[in-house]
Amino acid sequence: MPLLEVRDLSVTIGQLQPLDRISFTLDKGSILGLVGESGSGKSLTALALMGLLPLIGGRVSHGSVGFDGVALVGLQEERYRALRGRRMALITQNPMTSLDPMLRVGAQIDQVGLLHRGLSAAAARARSIELLTQMRIPDAATVHGQYPHQMSGGMKQRVVIAMALAGDPDLVIADEPTTALDVTIQAQIIQILVDLVRQRGLALLLITHDMGVVAQACDQVVVLYAGRIAESQTVDAIFARPAHPYTQALIACIPRSGQASGSLRGIPGIVPSVASYSSGCRYHPRCAMAQPLCQTEAPPLQTRGDHRVACHFALATPDHG
Amino acid sequence: MADTTTAPGDTPPLVRARGLTRIFSSQASLLGKKRTLTAVNEVDLDIARGQVTGVVGESGCGKSTLARLVLRLLDASSGSVHFDGTDLANVSPSALRGLRRRMQMVFQDPYSSIDPRYSVRDAVLEPLRVQGVALDRAASQAKVEALMAMVGLNPALAGSYPHQLSGGQKQRVGIARALAMQPDFLVLDEPTASLDVSIQAQIIALLEQLQRDLGLTYLFISHDLGLVRYFCSRIVVMYLGRVVEILPSAQALPRHPYTRALMDSTFEPDPRRRRVVTLLHGEIPDAFNLPGGCAYAARCPNATQRCRIERPALTPDTGDDHHLACHHPLGA
Repeated sequence: MPLLEVRDLSVTIGQLQPLDRISFTLDKGSILGLVGESGSGKSLTALALMGLLPLIGGRVSHGSVGFDGVALVGLQEERYRALRGRRMALITQNPMTSLDPMLRVGAQIDQVGLLHRGLSAAAARARSIELLTQMRIPDAATVHGQYPHQMSGGMKQRVVIAMALAGDPDLVIADEPTTALDVTIQAQIIQILVDLVRQRGLALLLITHDMGVVAQACDQVVVLYAGRIAESQTVDAIFARPAHPYTQALIACIPRSGQASGSLRGIPGIVPSVASYSSGCRYHPRCAMAQPLCQTEAPPLQTRGDHRVACHFALATPDHG
Repeated sequence: MADTTTAPGDTPPLVRARGLTRIFSSQASLLGKKRTLTAVNEVDLDIARGQVTGVVGESGCGKSTLARLVLRLLDASSGSVHFDGTDLANVSPSALRGLRRRMQMVFQDPYSSIDPRYSVRDAVLEPLRVQGVALDRAASQAKVEALMAMVGLNPALAGSYPHQLSGGQKQRVGIARALAMQPDFLVLDEPTASLDVSIQAQIIALLEQLQRDLGLTYLFISHDLGLVRYFCSRIVVMYLGRVVEILPSAQALPRHPYTRALMDSTFEPDPRRRRVVTLLHGEIPDAFNLPGGCAYAARCPNATQRCRIERPALTPDTGDDHHLACHHPLGA
């Protein structure tokens, strides 16, 4: 049984439905990339899984989320609170959304051990320092006593990851955890996350807009567009044979080494806002392959083995595996 | 991609910087002990006409300060910048004003330098007004439409305000402004760093097309070596204020361990080319308190005692235009 099973999840905020019947599963010891541009519904999915939709006035309107046998949709807040931070943890893009600027970072990590794992103060501190060391923070005991403002962005993000791990969670949701960081630090943090999954067998949902990061880190990929799944597949297959024109376009946005100048193509236009989704396939106004059918009829998500794709013309391509 | 009629070597570079240095000082503590930071340290830089020269490095490497020094938006503490043969530090204010028409900057967040109450039309026309170019109503309208068309903006957006525009559209406005005075030279300071990859690729494609069509010279500043290798014909790598390597072409293999680390940190969209990321222990040193030797030694897997004591100098041109500041270069 997968650790996380999301089935037909829809989210509404007021009259709007920014997430429309999303399904995927995630196993222990594996990394699922949730990818798409800003506005595709990636962060909303994270909030829905963490039970944090009320913070933004949203709610799950349809579907279910199973986490290790527990049904999360409709779960009492008290029981949710026991899971959050302990068995499931969220790492956001901006570490300062997770850190209290007024408290030493060590005290903040210790809290997780004290509250969620019932450790003594000394044991919680020792555990925090051990986690900071695992994050490759030099002189972790000193850093334990520092305030967030004394640290670089990359250091703060590593502190946040240490804090996320302090409850020894089974599921970590990382929402663009490296977007704001320098490239060498970004690569380091992605590597630390990958190593954690391999060593501890935890499950990682990695949210990103960067297909380079997906190729580097993920086992499975779900491509979201305007609140719907466009395609999902194993990482090797989706890069070898991207079937949805949106997946193809996202991959083509990152230059490859040796790529001839003048050959880079962006995706024309922008992701529509949730208030102005078009009829039919939501990607059709930006799609180079769109046909009249795409304007009127939303393509169903079709499944073949591991592969799911929502495009009227994708499965017709001859090289489809 | 570049204008082949002005290959480097045939003509003097459009921009020539020598020994360019900029020191910032700050009041560090209540005791008032002054601390200094050398953001750009003895940088020599040639920018060839009609080419795209890239400067790559991480936060604090001095790349944005260098961009401002090159345009004399900031005065150098020492060193010189020649633009098309004219020393920018020894030029009358009116002559500098004239030169400013020829060199423009595109910022990461274009509307941080534009009044948010300006419509697209106002923003695009502002450089002309500042330069004292008088246009009648019809000519202004024609100019706005031409510039918007050039950067792929629908002229119907001329009356729009920044909050009504997407990030990509705002950056197109920033580029249109930079082009308003028909410059020869654009400094592009991380023009896509705050955009989604899909929009980043649109903007890069636009910049490439403009460079080709207008024969522009670019200095492209970025933290993304993958993007720089795609876009630039010559690549300058900076670390903590100094140039550590100059790659004569995008294909040239890095020989400085820092450039190598930057390359290994750039993920390609291909799971068959996964990188082995070496986990580093060291941190980027405090720029106020730089070590005596090579600034990268604290993080470098190849560093020896010599590196910690003696700073390696950038090698002079040995004919292949590949310059390097390292005691233990890769592939040696």
